[in-house]
Amino acid sequence: MKSKRNNYAEVIFDAISENEAFARIIVAGFVMPLDPTIDEINELKTIVSEAVTNSIIHAYENKGGKIKLIIESYINEITITVIDYGKGIEDLNRAKELFYTTKPEEERSGMGLTIMEIFADEFYISSKIGEGTIIKVKKYLHYANELYA
Amino acid sequence: MSLSVHLFIKADTLFVRLTGELDHHTSMHLRDRINSLMDKFEIKNIIFNFRNLSFMDSSGIGVILGRYHQVKQKKGILVVCELNSMIEKIIQLSGLYKILVITKDEEQASNYLGVA
Repeated sequence: MKSKRNNYAEVIFDAISENEAFARIIVAGFVMPLDPTIDEINELKTIVSEAVTNSIIHAYENKGGKIKLIIESYINEITITVIDYGKGIEDLNRAKELFYTTKPEEERSGMGLTIMEIFADEFYISSKIGEGTIIKVKKYLHYANELYA
Repeated sequence: MSLSVHLFIKADTLFVRLTGELDHHTSMHLRDRINSLMDKFEIKNIIFNFRNLSFMDSSGIGVILGRYHQVKQKKGILVVCELNSMIEKIIQLSGLYKILVITKDEEQASNYLGVA
């Protein structure tokens, strides 16, 4: 059964590095009323930070553009969608490999997508060359508690 | 929340104390600050103190790894200390714990490098 959506936020901002912290603050502020654990907040902040950073560096190659961040909450569930309209990812399977990066000279670690996959409960990515990339993650809050409730 | 960087040198070791958040934006500033000191002074080892670091993502791993390669060229050692559980998780994931020295605090790190 699909649970009812409780809350929705949509923010569009410039793809500049100053907005990495801004995106994290939006997510943290949005989930606060749901009484998440510190770990849950930190994991969500990390996920959004990685996604937004990828859009800035890779999708727009530091030349700027727009990023759309959508956050939705259900009963015990948060969905975060990060959309850019940049150059798109050529080889998704390679991009997902741990430590694979197209920008080693910028000291990129190649861990972004792996970290998102690990910290999220569900992770989707779709990309089209010349059109952009959509990353969608789902995270269950208080999941461990629910199991024993 | 931004990142404030406190740097000082003792013998041949650079101490890096970070307060705030280490992401792609703040990592560029941190890298430039460290590199300008590495260019001017004889620095062999680096100690990163994460005691007051409240956030770090994979951009932080990139900076640490970059500095590791620099000190390795000088046959030096890179030590990180005061990791909170979240930063520890990301460092574990990166495999960095295999090539770095991780200590509890700065004192332990200084003792390890003989610069206490």
